[in-house]
Amino acid sequence: MKKLQLGRKVLPLYSLLALVYLLIPIVYTIAFSFNNSKGRTNTTWQGFTFAKWGDVCSQAGICEAFGNSLFIGAVSTVVATILGTAIAIALVRYRFKFRSLVSLSLFLPMATPEVVMGAGLAALFFNMGTEQGFVTIIISHVMFCLSFVVVTVKARVQTLDPVLEEAGRDLYANPAQVFWRITFPLLLPGIVSAALLSFALSFDDFIITYFNAGPVTTFPLLIYVAASKGVPAETNVIASGVFLLAIFLVIGTQIASNARAKRHAKFH
Amino acid sequence: MAKEFVPAGADLELRGIRKEFPGFTAIENLDLQIPAGEFFALLGPSGCGKTTTLRIIAGLDEPTSGQVMLGGQDVTFTKPHERPVNTVFQSYALFPHMSILENVAFGLRLRKIENPVPKAMDALNLVELGYAAERRPQQLSGGQQQRVALARALVNRPSLLLLDEPLGALDLKLRRQMQIELKAIQMEVGLTFLHVTHDQEEAMDMADTVAVMHKGRIEQMGAPEALYERPKTAFVAKFLGQSNIFVGQSVESSANSLSIEIAGTKISVPKNRAEKQSGKIAIGVRPEKAFFHHQAPAASADLNILGPGEIKDIRFTGVSNQYLIEIPNVGDLIVFAQNVGMSPVAELGQQVWVSFKVEHTFGLADLPAGDED
Repeated sequence: MKKLQLGRKVLPLYSLLALVYLLIPIVYTIAFSFNNSKGRTNTTWQGFTFAKWGDVCSQAGICEAFGNSLFIGAVSTVVATILGTAIAIALVRYRFKFRSLVSLSLFLPMATPEVVMGAGLAALFFNMGTEQGFVTIIISHVMFCLSFVVVTVKARVQTLDPVLEEAGRDLYANPAQVFWRITFPLLLPGIVSAALLSFALSFDDFIITYFNAGPVTTFPLLIYVAASKGVPAETNVIASGVFLLAIFLVIGTQIASNARAKRHAKFH
Repeated sequence: MAKEFVPAGADLELRGIRKEFPGFTAIENLDLQIPAGEFFALLGPSGCGKTTTLRIIAGLDEPTSGQVMLGGQDVTFTKPHERPVNTVFQSYALFPHMSILENVAFGLRLRKIENPVPKAMDALNLVELGYAAERRPQQLSGGQQQRVALARALVNRPSLLLLDEPLGALDLKLRRQMQIELKAIQMEVGLTFLHVTHDQEEAMDMADTVAVMHKGRIEQMGAPEALYERPKTAFVAKFLGQSNIFVGQSVESSANSLSIEIAGTKISVPKNRAEKQSGKIAIGVRPEKAFFHHQAPAASADLNILGPGEIKDIRFTGVSNQYLIEIPNVGDLIVFAQNVGMSPVAELGQQVWVSFKVEHTFGLADLPAGDED
């Protein structure tokens, strides 16, 4: 009984401490996006200002790097999601030669240290005479995003009863119509989460990008380079903005799915 | 093809269908003819190949050899979406991301039939689910889902409607009710129904013709009454209802009957009710056509008499009692007795004789498993 009493008091405190510990860097980043810093450094508090939020692109290269990251993230996500979804369906629905080998090799990019993958890709591109730039970044991003898409979508395909597709064929839908009217809508939740994951991974990636970027600067690369001279407050603004957007998205989807669950529950 | 509304059912003919899967043969040399507008039941235990037959007719599987003819046209290699055939799947297979109404309208929309929504609504009203049109499949009970699946198939007015054990998941009371509804709907729309089931009562109750399938072959086909009265093989005799079967060497006893002798007791079958006229034969009788007596009944040419034996078990099933009677050197017999008076008519352990009319027996073409030569 006493133990329980103790647990009731210690556990919330412990959770609170853990939360604070996790949130400190984020809070720090957000707070310093309002710092009235001068020049390129943003390490000491120099007074509160909204100026940096109003004029994000004043520092050279920040918005360009941010745009590059968005572009690379978007293209890699689209390519990886389309390829990954097709691979996931093929792996679950069809029996073919080397199926288990394909399945296994898709896990390799997840298991390989990023440094090794980045360096390996760089050497490969160099030997092939490919000039580094957007193309090489996107190719390498598609490569590691693909594994995550396949794993995520595969789980969804496995829960999809093939008899639903057969019912579609039986009801006069040709193979393309079966895919777009039955398979795709039923896989959509899995595909969306795979795409979000891909985008987050691509947008966030530093190591592999660093090896294969050539002259292109992405947002993580910019921050890394800037960090040696002190990060400008504008990067804090963008980082905070991305963080807040992500939080709103998560809360929004939670609220929407709760509402849906409640609506369904009413009928039972 | 299949773009126009077919007003009535079409004949289905299977010619020499064979289906092999890696390691086993699901169907061997199956011939089947179903006339238009008939309610046909394919009855068999699980694993007998009946669902594979259904899938071949629907186009979801291709036969290894043989032909599927529908309304005189060869559709063996026609894709499922190009066949005027619709299926009610065992698991209903309703699309979870669509409303009930959209589920029913699906086939109409894909064939670009005019006014799909009002037509789908009519079909839903036919199965008395119009009020649930905007709900999702997950919000309906099993029986309701089954009716939606039926409406979704029927609305397309297919030449042939395939039903894959559609009542299997329902409880007894609901199943009875659905059987009556299904039969009424079939009469109303006049389509050809092919109903696959392992439930012999369901098959006999609903179908005009029943085909009993066993190990990838049709064992016997005919009207339910004919099948029950004159089963031709031991499998049919035991799968369709219950049977008492006696095996012995045949001897001709009179001009129009055959007899076998077991432990000094003679059992006769009319020649015109015997599939096999010589050698070792099996003679059967239905348990409700056998009676037991407390004294030995008077011998008669048209009566088979066995006994005395002992009542080993009495099962009360409501309308009747099932008695298990052990007769020395002959074996166990089952006798059904209606509970018209007070139940039970006899006590456990009592000594009784069993009789049944010669004209009620049937001679089988084969021998039950374990009694083969």
